[in-house]
Amino acid sequence: MLVIGCGNRQRGDDAAGILAAERLRELGVPAQICGGEAAALLETWNGANDVIVIDAVLTGAIPGTLHIWDGSQALPSSFSVSSTHGLGVAEAIELARALGRLPARLRVWGIEAAQFDLGSDVSPAIRQATEQAALEIAAEANSLARS
Amino acid sequence: MNGRGGRTIRVDTLARVEGEGSLYIKMAGDRVADVKLKIFEPPRLFEAFLRGRHCTEAPDITARICGICPVAYQMSAVHAVERALGIHIDPAVRLLRRLFYCGEWIESHALHIYMLHAPDFLAYEDAIAMARDHRPIVERALRLKKIGNRIVQLLGGREIHPLSATIGGFYKTPTKQTLLELRTDLEWALEASLETVRWTASLQFPNFEQDYEFVALRHPDEYPLNEGRLVSNRGLDIDVAEYEDHFLELHVKHSNALHSVVRGRSSYLVGPLARFNLNFERLPDVARKAAIEAGLRPPIKNLFRSIVVRAVELVFACSEALRAIGEYEPPPAPRIEASSRTGVGQAITEAPRGILYHRYALDEKGLILAAKIVPPTSQNLKRIEDDLREYAAQVAAWPIEEATWKCEQAVRCYDPCISCATHFLKLVVQPDDASRG
Repeated sequence: MLVIGCGNRQRGDDAAGILAAERLRELGVPAQICGGEAAALLETWNGANDVIVIDAVLTGAIPGTLHIWDGSQALPSSFSVSSTHGLGVAEAIELARALGRLPARLRVWGIEAAQFDLGSDVSPAIRQATEQAALEIAAEANSLARS
Repeated sequence: MNGRGGRTIRVDTLARVEGEGSLYIKMAGDRVADVKLKIFEPPRLFEAFLRGRHCTEAPDITARICGICPVAYQMSAVHAVERALGIHIDPAVRLLRRLFYCGEWIESHALHIYMLHAPDFLAYEDAIAMARDHRPIVERALRLKKIGNRIVQLLGGREIHPLSATIGGFYKTPTKQTLLELRTDLEWALEASLETVRWTASLQFPNFEQDYEFVALRHPDEYPLNEGRLVSNRGLDIDVAEYEDHFLELHVKHSNALHSVVRGRSSYLVGPLARFNLNFERLPDVARKAAIEAGLRPPIKNLFRSIVVRAVELVFACSEALRAIGEYEPPPAPRIEASSRTGVGQAITEAPRGILYHRYALDEKGLILAAKIVPPTSQNLKRIEDDLREYAAQVAAWPIEEATWKCEQAVRCYDPCISCATHFLKLVVQPDDASRG
């Protein structure tokens, strides 16, 4: 299983995916960190069969809500937060689908964000959700490792 | 709703551009009453951040202005500071910097040609929709971009906001062997770029020619990247240090980005078309031949054809990168150190989107007293508005959705980097309240 945390440390809650990946590493689960730009993301999961992408999202839910989407389906349009390059995580997934480069199993863990202010800290609710996501993913990774 | 009376083209969020902004065009019958490219990306204030910092920090601070063209910021910064300090770099460092810049051109041009611009000509909403029908083409784009990224990573330590460029050279220079490892990829990239020229030349372009003042660097015998005199097709031929004597930045109410004009004249165009038209004979043979075969000869005055010119520049960048890795021998030292002194230094380099001007005034300790940065997109903003004034009139009779789509496409020809100009762009078409259709 490959875990990829996406986001930008300088944009408030957008750091959630990166923090989750870092926490997973502390828990002994290898995790990659990626800005979320489409080509880079496709490259990062190249050759992997079972991938979890973690990213901050804005769907209108309560900040800190955890969403899990199955990458074999189109992601909700609200996920498509415009990134600086116009091609972010949602676009990367659709691009991979079009190119036949989706991993056999892809799950997207979305952490509902409250704000993406430049240079701001991660909101407490999001920090908590990040911890929860990391623990749940680590539990799955460990059970896979044992089996 | 498509009457010939007053109406307004509005695009609230222009897609497939770098940054945030919007477009507003007000029509009065077939006449364009007003065009505003509104840049609401917040001001960046980098020039103020730089004051009081040591000049060696300028390349790394200014690289943060853009995630697409950080190398351009680093290159203009190092050259300007070196000019202030009187540093003359080693020829091997100069060659490495050209290679570094080629990496950025390859990734930026590949991204724009294929992922941002091509969908406009093939009538797809975006690159994802295009990928469904043109898989090998999008795969080619991704591989080209990756090769550009690899060059930047190899020389700069990482792909985005690279770290190794510094005043006087690099913190670390690669071995010859390391660079040679790029060769196979670059040979493929050169072929892919030639294919890109052929492919883009086969697209259909609107008939839209304008009388531009093209402004670009010109070097005695190289296609311009890091140095040269600043020239135009209207007789401008100056040392880059005279830039501010000839160009003026203006504040406009509707935009967070400044507009630039040539003093005593008006808007001007920077970027691939300007470079190509002013430096055609300096292209390496392989690129010039590809251009001619694609039917491109200067002057190209149709901005929509800039996608083909960008492809020709992709050929140049791959060919130049191959030359650089072939000729490279590591310098005696990665960088030349120089003592601080009071001085002013200016530099212009050719970012993928056009000329990028930096000026630094330094005190005796090397601290920055004043900084000025003029990015390529802010220099093009007024020209974009001028183009839209003409182009909107041509498409005025079309259904509103189509007219809007066409105007957006016109803006995308510039590959605007609104992040650099401040930072975003947004375009709108809707009936004007005052309209009587």
